[in-house]
Amino acid sequence: MKDLSVHFAGVSKKYPHFALENINLELPTGSIMGFIGANGAGKSTTIRILMGLVHQDQGAVHVLGHAMPAEQVAAKLDIGFVSEDMRLYKSATIAWHMEFIRSIYPRWDQSYAESLLQRFDLKPQQKVKGLSHGQRVKAALLLALARRPRLLVLDEPTTGLDPVARHEVLGELMAVLADEERTILFSSHNTQDVEQISDQITFIDRGRIIDSDDKEIFLDRWRRLRLVLPPEATLPWLSGIVQISGSDRLPVLTTNSFESAMVSACHDMGATVQAVDSMTLEEIFVASVQGGRERQTV
Amino acid sequence: MHSDLVISQSDRRPMYLQIMEQIKQRVAVGEWARGEEIPSIRQLAVALRVSVITVKRAYLELEREGVIVTQHGKGSIVASDPDLSPRLYDQELAEHLEQVVRLGILLGLTPEELTSRLRAAMDRLIASRLTKERL
Repeated sequence: MKDLSVHFAGVSKKYPHFALENINLELPTGSIMGFIGANGAGKSTTIRILMGLVHQDQGAVHVLGHAMPAEQVAAKLDIGFVSEDMRLYKSATIAWHMEFIRSIYPRWDQSYAESLLQRFDLKPQQKVKGLSHGQRVKAALLLALARRPRLLVLDEPTTGLDPVARHEVLGELMAVLADEERTILFSSHNTQDVEQISDQITFIDRGRIIDSDDKEIFLDRWRRLRLVLPPEATLPWLSGIVQISGSDRLPVLTTNSFESAMVSACHDMGATVQAVDSMTLEEIFVASVQGGRERQTV
Repeated sequence: MHSDLVISQSDRRPMYLQIMEQIKQRVAVGEWARGEEIPSIRQLAVALRVSVITVKRAYLELEREGVIVTQHGKGSIVASDPDLSPRLYDQELAEHLEQVVRLGILLGLTPEELTSRLRAAMDRLIASRLTKERL
């Protein structure tokens, strides 16, 4: 059996104006999952259910082997959670926060915390109210990391960070993964960060998971084919095409299940395949969201 | 072993291909010696800030091509295969030829026109070599 740090099975939650529907998620231990969605897609609600902060209406949630929300106290000892709306005490210093967390969590690693202070370029005597946004994010991340949790859950950790801070944060996240027993789930709408460091990628839109897979498989499945059609010819029908753009004679097909047979199928129908382009995660995300929304409205 | 690979964000090729190419270059120039241990998948992933699964894929493909050998539970080493460099050139040739064909299609050349262009290029190059040798 696969060792899963996070497992959602058929999870639903209804609000008056929003619903999470039938969420299934599997995050293997030792990997990073990038959780991508537009604003309001359901990322934070999913993360809150994972943390036991919101109770699902239906379905089972297991985190580090604990059933949520029933066993959330035990689970939380081993989860480090950083979110945008998490507040540190404004008039207290970073050092005070470190001492506070240390008094609660026995696994607190002081020397790791001190090396993080240096790498994040933070001064322990600084008060939270004097910190920039980036420093605040790094301070919150330090407090979570130094507990050495088995699961890190980060809601938009890189949003609003300058390039240097982003680089530092991504580097520290990767350093956590040097240990095979540790697992990270992070949500983002920055697809570039997700593409770089994630092993698993999950797209969420309008409260539904629209795709979830290994990153390498993900990137391999999606291709854009640029065709040249002879005059009067019609576009060959191919399964797995999610989008057709371009002009009549120069169509561009986007597929989410590419295989080389597709190219020969195009040739057989008289089309010339000019190029088979790989796509960035951002392009893939936009294409799947649009494809999914079109299917919903049809 | 210190890894000094550099992954480019603006390179449109998949990251695993970039990693493969750079490891092959390191091996080809002898910086990563034959039979020598190379970083573990996780070590390299952390150093490059690239996901584990991407590095794993690069290593799998390199193993398939015979550039590295992975011993279960022991990590990976550079293969001792002496045919390594010719095979690298061979692959490079295949990639360049693909590029030539792609450009030929873009220009609307027929296969015959493309081959004759290739032959002409060969003739030119060989002719210029001969002249140099005579001088």
